[in-house]
Amino acid sequence: MRKLALSDEILLSVTHPERYIGNELNSVTKDKNSVKVRFAMCFPDVYEIGMSHLGIQILYGMFNSYEDVWCERVYSPWTDLEDIMRERNIPLFALESQDPVRSFDFLGMTLQYEMCYSNILQVLDLSGIPVFSKDRTEDDPIVIGGGPCTYNSEPIADFFDIIYLGEGETDYDALFDLYIDNKNNGGTRLSFLQKAAHIPGLYIPSFYEPVYNEDDTFREMKILDENAPENITKDVCMDFDGAPYALKPVIPFIKITQDRVVLEVQRGCIRGCRFCQAGMIYRPVREKSLEVLKEHARAMIESTGHEEISLSSLSTSDYSRISELVRWLVEEYRTKYINISLPSLRIDNFFLDMMERVSDSKKGSLTFAPEAGSQRMRDVINKGITTEDIMSGSGLAFKAGWTKVKLYFMLGLPGETDEDVKAIPDLANDIAMNYFDTVPKDERKGKRVDVNTSTSFFIPKPFTPFQWCAMDTREEFIRKAHLVKETMEKELNHKSLRYQYHESDLSELEGVFARGDRRLSKVIYDAYRSGCRFDSWSECFRYDLWCEAFEKNGIDRDFYTLRERSLDEAFPWDFINIGVSKEFLKKEYLNAKAGIVTPNCREKCSGCGASVFGGGVCFEKRNEAGA
Amino acid sequence: MKVRIRFKKSGPVKFIGHLDTMRFFQKLLRRAGIPVAYSEGFSPHQKMSFAQALGVGVESEGEYFDLELIDNRCDGWSSEKIVASLNSFTVDGIEIADCVKLPEKTKNAMASVFAADYIVTIKKDCLPSFDLEKAIADFNGRDSVKIIKTTKKSERELELKELVYKLSIEENEIFMRLNASSANSVKPVLVMEYLFEENGQEFDPLSLMIKRLDIYDESMNPLSAAGVHF
Repeated sequence: MRKLALSDEILLSVTHPERYIGNELNSVTKDKNSVKVRFAMCFPDVYEIGMSHLGIQILYGMFNSYEDVWCERVYSPWTDLEDIMRERNIPLFALESQDPVRSFDFLGMTLQYEMCYSNILQVLDLSGIPVFSKDRTEDDPIVIGGGPCTYNSEPIADFFDIIYLGEGETDYDALFDLYIDNKNNGGTRLSFLQKAAHIPGLYIPSFYEPVYNEDDTFREMKILDENAPENITKDVCMDFDGAPYALKPVIPFIKITQDRVVLEVQRGCIRGCRFCQAGMIYRPVREKSLEVLKEHARAMIESTGHEEISLSSLSTSDYSRISELVRWLVEEYRTKYINISLPSLRIDNFFLDMMERVSDSKKGSLTFAPEAGSQRMRDVINKGITTEDIMSGSGLAFKAGWTKVKLYFMLGLPGETDEDVKAIPDLANDIAMNYFDTVPKDERKGKRVDVNTSTSFFIPKPFTPFQWCAMDTREEFIRKAHLVKETMEKELNHKSLRYQYHESDLSELEGVFARGDRRLSKVIYDAYRSGCRFDSWSECFRYDLWCEAFEKNGIDRDFYTLRERSLDEAFPWDFINIGVSKEFLKKEYLNAKAGIVTPNCREKCSGCGASVFGGGVCFEKRNEAGA
Repeated sequence: MKVRIRFKKSGPVKFIGHLDTMRFFQKLLRRAGIPVAYSEGFSPHQKMSFAQALGVGVESEGEYFDLELIDNRCDGWSSEKIVASLNSFTVDGIEIADCVKLPEKTKNAMASVFAADYIVTIKKDCLPSFDLEKAIADFNGRDSVKIIKTTKKSERELELKELVYKLSIEENEIFMRLNASSANSVKPVLVMEYLFEENGQEFDPLSLMIKRLDIYDESMNPLSAAGVHF
């Protein structure tokens, strides 16, 4: 039997010992002497969060399908265990073998959100791996980062040996071969990185040095190694049907957020919402065929024993064969006690019919994400949902018996006025009104309608048309949230309305790091040293310590958040090519300012640049009449 | 038809709590394609009931749950095939040991539980300074041992002598047969705590390794004896 890295006594004294023991169904164990590459795949947050992430499941299955590679998992130990590990000098270990991470060839980390940055350092530090790439020796693993935050990885670039730009399904094979070759030929860490720089999509931060202007804005990337290319194009998986998928995902013992089969129906989004980074960096839209999705569903239901299946993508209702897929799922699984969890599709009669069939008489919440309250603002952000869509959809659903509605908005969008802010509670009120108008009193069965509104704060992200925009101050965010609250209290149907908003301190930091540069690595380091970790957990977040770290390093947060950039400013992420051109983003920024709506990819190609990848929606026969 | 499954839990999976173990079995039954019956209603669930929760950190050689199978889909399923097919889909440390068919009107597993056997070992670096053999002999020689059992909700007095059916020691392995019924169950930790405190030594529950050996009904038959192989 496997020996665990932690004693029984330790495991019984920490919360959720199941986080640290591995041995889950479908986890993979290999003979370590029979493999050439040992890869520790880390999600730098707590186990339950990390285990819900689809990307890692895909890569885990793919890596382990290679005979000479053994991929294991690592998560951030919760603070109770971290204290014990420090006190007793226990190095961080991987779940499958329970071996120390430092003995691995690679440590891969997925970077899903900015507020996990301090956790990256926690994982490195607890593993006994030098935190800065420059301090690592031949005995340390190659530390590689992937995921959405890599599109501007500058704030954390100093902590990584390699940043993988784009989708992991494509180039790891070549990277592993290179690693094995280099090792067999007695190559060093440096010689490996020099060769890796030639693989498309791989960014070696130590081969570049950012240069800044006198006013602190970014000027250019100076290349320090002749192997490093001037521009790096993200990797895209163009044979999406043939791409590896998590057909045997690891099933945790603990109940996690994503306790169901997840079918990824497409990647990318045709919509082009101007605040949305995912909508740009995952272009072009690529769909899976119905046949492949059916095979995946069958294989995964069989390999997991899950009782629920859900569809995943940025905008599932835009999947071109969604009706057929949903109809098939309902017919295939209705009698097999498998729930179909339908995403927020466009609400029409088909949707209501399907909902009726999959969920018997349980009626959950309807979810709408108008993102902005006024039509003017929705045009600015290019959110193609109208008040009529929401009214007709909710009206149909109310008639069919639904009584709960969830609404998601953003506050602080570019050019937002107080009128736009007040339009949020007004819209919530109109929806409640719609219920009373569409459902006659004697059919309400004593039920009241519940309209729950949540707002988050808008954070400008790189590679979006809003990358030039200023972000609101924390005070302004809170003022606007209060304005929503006060206006809502005065609405006619206020008894049916509820409102919640997020704290603004975290949003400010997220804003700094989203468009940050390499000078921030010292801040992250100091914040970590002073005790910051698990920043996205309110019980752990220490805004005061972060502020101290910024001050200590003489870095002004407002420079990153509150400054509207001029159109000719160079950005630290300009050397990365995502297909979508800076010119297109600029055009979209100007369209936003003018309130001009851009049609979605299926209605009309707007020439964003993603067609260079040679596939996907860019090459579909377009429906000229409009979708 | 109703069946009773017996399983073992050993090694790292002992840290998996009761609810998670149940969820593990729900998924395992589906993967193995066992024709489990479902309840009626809005959210149908598998008709399955566990004999008793096993504490986190405790190993076991005799855990039980009852299962209702769909009668007209049981063709071809034998005790042997159910055990083999569950074992082919399980994880390390959870092993299916037996499956028997229960006669009509058998009391369900939970209601049948009366007593359980345990082996308790004290970790080598935590051995007591008092003479454990003598302490156990003292306990066995007494007519009455009253202790206060405190739970989250209440405090109440228990007569241990009525609930501990057997207590013995051999080579640092302590054997216990304890009442395990829902009304009066006693956990091994409670007995050990008494022995330590009676002998003036502080007790640390983390110093114990506990293994349940089996669960018995009122006639002191293992729960699996209620049914037959098929």
